[in-house]
Amino acid sequence: MNGKLLNRYLWPAVAVLALFGVFMFALARIGSGDLVVSDIPSPLIGKMAPAIDLPTIAGDEARFTSASMLGKPWLLNVWGTWCPACRDEHPALMEMAPVIGVPIVGLDWKDDAGDARNWLASLGNPYHAVAFDPVGRTAIDFGVYGAPETFLIGADGRVLAKFIGPLTMEAWETKLKPKLLAAKGGQP
Amino acid sequence: MNTPIRSTATRWQPWSAVLLGAALLFASASSLAVDAEDTLTDPVLRTRYESINRELRCLVCQNQTIADSDADLAKDLRREVRGMLEAGKTDAEIRNFMTDRYGDFVLYKPRSLVLWAAPAVLLLGGLVLVGRIVVRRSRSMATAAPDPDDSLANDEPASRPTDGKA
Repeated sequence: MNGKLLNRYLWPAVAVLALFGVFMFALARIGSGDLVVSDIPSPLIGKMAPAIDLPTIAGDEARFTSASMLGKPWLLNVWGTWCPACRDEHPALMEMAPVIGVPIVGLDWKDDAGDARNWLASLGNPYHAVAFDPVGRTAIDFGVYGAPETFLIGADGRVLAKFIGPLTMEAWETKLKPKLLAAKGGQP
Repeated sequence: MNTPIRSTATRWQPWSAVLLGAALLFASASSLAVDAEDTLTDPVLRTRYESINRELRCLVCQNQTIADSDADLAKDLRREVRGMLEAGKTDAEIRNFMTDRYGDFVLYKPRSLVLWAAPAVLLLGGLVLVGRIVVRRSRSMATAAPDPDDSLANDEPASRPTDGKA
């Protein structure tokens, strides 16, 4: 009789509580900002970054190629002057650029080169170089679906991590830098 | 006499509202986004273009396909689809192009067999379970009279004779 009661009521109750626990765990992660449901995981992580060969926003003959970055880790920051969140992000990039020891390359996405130059002239330029992608073809190769987005690319040209939304010093320290250290495995 | 006619008209009003609603629903569901630079003329390619677009999620506006969306990114992705169709790529190659960049989430029809099979498997499992319970109960109804002291016996008397426990 007791064993029967256990089977009929205890195990279903345990199952319901376990399910409840899983839901609470996921909700807590969403509440703490640890899990963003609108973030779509990138299939590029761990793969070679798509090649970039684009003019820069300077508007002259100069081009930016991702091949020129091989041998050192770098950040690719997708932005545009039409993007309010990029304006929010800009001071953080200015703060990070001189101290993180990793060059930040901008990808000016679906923008006007003159607007982009004005933006950097008035707000400051945190970028090592800014590639200009007015049609968004390179952004599609990177699976970009909004701005800002930031990719961490390793010395070997592999995508180590992607950060969706405005980057902050804290996000660099907690989300991106650990991936860089893990990929380096101690080597300089 | 106007009165009976008017009353008939009033009776039909809720239905016409429903019909109008349904018409609007279908009207909005079938409105496709149109691109100015869309020069795809081949009718075969056009049909494939439209069916591929209806399978691809617009990632900026996650509840629309790129066929419906006026978002800039959806426009760019449609341009890519047109370019690949004109370059002679197969539908599978075009889908792979998208999932290589945006992941499986870009597809409205999931590729995972588990997802497609799960409803059928769960339904079959449920039917088997219900069938077994029904068979057990009808068997024990026939063999054992319910024990008036055991309130559970009425619900599940079958576990005793079949399990051989208790």
